[in-house]
Amino acid sequence: MRTNKPISSSLDWVTVTLYLIMIVFGWLNLYAANTSPDATDFFDTGKEYFKQLIWIIVALLSVGVILLTDSKFFVEFAYIFYGISILLLLAVLIFGVPINGAKAWFQIGTTRFQPVEIAKVASTLAIARVMSRFEFSIYNLSDIAKLGLIWFIPVAIIILQNDTGSALVFVAFFILFFREGMSPFVILFGFIAIIVFILTLIIPNYTIHMVLAASFFVFLFLKGLRRESLISAVVALSIFGISALVFKSRGADINYDLALSFGMAGASMYLIFRALIKRLSIVWIFLMMFWGSVVFAYSTDYFYEKVLNDYQRSRIMVLLGLKDDPLGAGYNVNQSKIAIGSGGFSGKGFLQGTQTKFNFVPEQSTDFIFCTVGEEWGFLGTTSVITLFVFLLIRLIKLAERQHSDFSRIYGYGVIGIFFFHFAINIGMTIGLAPVIGIPLPFFSYGGSSLWGFSILLFIFLKLDTNRNELIR
Amino acid sequence: MGKSNRAILISIFFGLIGLIFVIRLFVLQVIDPTYKYLADSNTHRKITEFPSRGLIFDRNGKLLVSNQAVYDVMIIPREVKAFDTLDFCNALNITRTELDGLFQELRQNIRNRKASTFKPSVFFKQLSAEQYGIFQEKLYKFSGFHVQRRTLRKYEFHHAAHVLGYVGEVNDAMLQRDSYYALGDYTGISGIENTYENYLRGAKGARYVLVDVHGREKGLLRGGRIDTSAISGKDLTLTLDIDLQAYGEFLMQNKIGSIVAIEPATGEILAMISSPGYDPALLVGRERSKNFPVLSNDPLFPLLNRAIMSGYPPGSTFKTVMALIGMQEGVLKESTRYGCQMGYHARGLSVGCHAHSSPLDLVPSISNSCNAYYCNVFRTVLDNPAVGTPQKGLDKWKEYLLNFGFGSRLGSDFFNESRGFIPGSSYYDRIYGGRRWGSLTVISLSIGQGELLTTPIQMANMTAAIANKGRFYTPHVLKSVKNDTIPMRFRTIHQTGIDSVHFVPVIDGMEQAVWGDYGSTARIARIPDVRICGKTGTAQNPHGKDHSIFVAFAPKDNPKIAIAVYVENGGFGATYAAPIASLMVEKYLKQEIHTSRKWLETRMVEANLINENK
Ligand SMILES: [Zn+2]
Repeated sequence: MRTNKPISSSLDWVTVTLYLIMIVFGWLNLYAANTSPDATDFFDTGKEYFKQLIWIIVALLSVGVILLTDSKFFVEFAYIFYGISILLLLAVLIFGVPINGAKAWFQIGTTRFQPVEIAKVASTLAIARVMSRFEFSIYNLSDIAKLGLIWFIPVAIIILQNDTGSALVFVAFFILFFREGMSPFVILFGFIAIIVFILTLIIPNYTIHMVLAASFFVFLFLKGLRRESLISAVVALSIFGISALVFKSRGADINYDLALSFGMAGASMYLIFRALIKRLSIVWIFLMMFWGSVVFAYSTDYFYEKVLNDYQRSRIMVLLGLKDDPLGAGYNVNQSKIAIGSGGFSGKGFLQGTQTKFNFVPEQSTDFIFCTVGEEWGFLGTTSVITLFVFLLIRLIKLAERQHSDFSRIYGYGVIGIFFFHFAINIGMTIGLAPVIGIPLPFFSYGGSSLWGFSILLFIFLKLDTNRNELIR
Repeated sequence: MGKSNRAILISIFFGLIGLIFVIRLFVLQVIDPTYKYLADSNTHRKITEFPSRGLIFDRNGKLLVSNQAVYDVMIIPREVKAFDTLDFCNALNITRTELDGLFQELRQNIRNRKASTFKPSVFFKQLSAEQYGIFQEKLYKFSGFHVQRRTLRKYEFHHAAHVLGYVGEVNDAMLQRDSYYALGDYTGISGIENTYENYLRGAKGARYVLVDVHGREKGLLRGGRIDTSAISGKDLTLTLDIDLQAYGEFLMQNKIGSIVAIEPATGEILAMISSPGYDPALLVGRERSKNFPVLSNDPLFPLLNRAIMSGYPPGSTFKTVMALIGMQEGVLKESTRYGCQMGYHARGLSVGCHAHSSPLDLVPSISNSCNAYYCNVFRTVLDNPAVGTPQKGLDKWKEYLLNFGFGSRLGSDFFNESRGFIPGSSYYDRIYGGRRWGSLTVISLSIGQGELLTTPIQMANMTAAIANKGRFYTPHVLKSVKNDTIPMRFRTIHQTGIDSVHFVPVIDGMEQAVWGDYGSTARIARIPDVRICGKTGTAQNPHGKDHSIFVAFAPKDNPKIAIAVYVENGGFGATYAAPIASLMVEKYLKQEIHTSRKWLETRMVEANLINENK
């Protein structure tokens, strides 16, 4: 049941307007960030804002092509796009030029292109295709495996390119998985795993072990197993004490890790015994969770100390903000905060910024473009940009929810996740709330391929939305 | 949880993140004034003020190392505007090709994230004061460039290079380890410049100047209230006597070897010579990049500090400690006599000796350096029935030597000291596969040969311990630090575990070695009016002529100097090491060489043991 209505009548003009406002405002900022009062810049590599203008035109042309394409095309060719994007990712590993340590760019003349932008679009399409299949179930193991593989292959290649920031963007798909019925506990476990991982890096293992043990007993107690909880705690403590004394008597340093493990092993044996007699299934779950966390803590520590090399370790520490990187991340954030802070309530005015103009903020036109907004437009400007983004995201949720076909909705949530991740991490990092992960702010950051990629990503969804009342197969 | 509920949940989550951002920005932009201060209405630029490094004096207050000012041309790449390159080259006195090379290097550094386009980095290093004057006049024409004052070392004496060490640029590892340093900073790389870096470096200061949109300075940020001035490094006084040091280097010219002289009462090192050496001024600033490869590729290793890093067998000088161990163990008395028939002969094994009267007791055994005597002493120590087995005996013997500072680092001022080597029973168990060895198997240890390795500083320390009758301070070159104290380990006395009475015959033996009748081994070391006590030694050298060794202290009563001299390929101890040691002692105690010994001085200076054919 195709309709012959003109596309303009079913296109969501609200989103299109938001898009255009962002593109225009973004370009003005780029212009401001790149204009210095005196002319010739010795190390200039061509005016960025001029190049960006050309990319905007290219993006708008591509958007036009997408709107004229049949929606079915995106479903049909989802896997082929995905395959091509994987090949491009592999090709860049071989033919790419390394920039800032990541081998993620093709260079033709002075123009650079990052295939990860295509990979984001293609992966979203492929994931939408897999998940919208009629018999797909998020509880079916082989379906999950297929989905996981589609998700994991690009992530693995991007990590090989040493472009960790872009690889992390793929975490954004968890918003889509959540919407499609993934248990919230998966996200909760993810959070706990990240927290345990960070903790293993900053505090000794046995402290984590001890905290886990203590909470284990408290949970048991709260679950009503008072007797079991108290007795097993006493068992654990006494075995721990005895082992510590044995270590001491042999003149060695006390191995707290081992002593604790002995103690908890004793307590576990007692609890298993009780569980078998009294058929306490909750005990099994608690035991599994406890030992699972302990093994996880020790194995991440082992992985970190033994598997990773110095360079990788230091990158992780910098990423988590546990270590200063005077020439890199730490400096950037401080300068970025100064620039934003100096903007005050209403900003210094268009082209009047000094912090961002005078090259005090590094990568000001790419990852730190938000500083220019902050300095020249002040709190009013930054709040406007945030409002624009939140408004866009909520608008996109509304659009996604009104889709008749699963494919469109799932794709829509993929787009939402990616936009949200970029928005949250990029702005979060410029104001010191998120770790410094070099990913661009959609429509604002300098960079042709990212602007083009975000436009494509968004407008495929808007095109699908024009057929919202149909079942696209 | 219904699926449309989840859509609402996600929307709320997004809104919440947006709200957190807005609150954070409100704090950052409206409430908190810190960032506005930092940015002010202009931008600021931080200008580092480098402190001058601490000065270094010798024990008599003579200035050894001071500083000279140089000027680094700095660049902030993003501020550089097109300029007249010819004019620029002339101002720096470089060619166009060199300029291109500098830009090339800068781009490389920016690409590798070692330099940045928005922060200053060193463009051209170490302009002299005169060149700086020329450049400074034209500086206004070159936007993006400025000049940073730094200091380099200046050496008032061209001696003691190994002790002083040198200063160089920090490497990546150091930048990682210590946040004080920035790329291009200087730090002590070796010697005391390295060990006492924290005293010497002082603290950097910072000046913040306001800069307008055109990059021009517009006065001080917040009236200069947040500026800090540089704090100069602390001055060091060394225990070295630079005149004695210079004299030692003079005597050791064209010879390979080492001299270490110590004041026994304090452990202070009076001179530490490693030959061949080099002029410390060769490793300053621009000169270093030219000279360092030459020095490090020299087959004679002039950069090696042999005084602390080279291990040699101690040879017969070791008989002094052997006698002390024997007496302390109760198996040797001053009156103990052993015969010698041109050596020691037992069960088919022979250790040769030279012609002298026989039998001898302890004092003449040292002055005549009888090998057979010490073979006997050594065997009684190892086979002492009170100890049990030769293995236990050897370990007991080793324990005494460790107490004398052998077999481990003494803990002087230098991080790269060698430990030397004293074999114990486990070592021989490994070699002979279990307990299949006895006192006779390892007999060559008794005369300081075999697997033994000791460094010149350890030998000088042993001599000081003998001079002190059983006690010593860790040898060190740091005498004092201005407004600070020297490390505790230099002020702690060590005991060798040997009773002071046992030193009397040993010292008498050493005295007789120099002052005794015909047959004494070191008569050449006699100094008029100075009762010097010494012991010669010869270290077997499988690669060539034996090494000449002499240890000595003087005067006999209340000793002022203890010395160890090694001359590689110098043959017998009395040939080179003993004369050189005695000249050093004479120079230190008498300030000049007696006319009757001038010929000896000349002969030592003129001896060329490196390239005799030349
Ligand atoms: Zn003899």
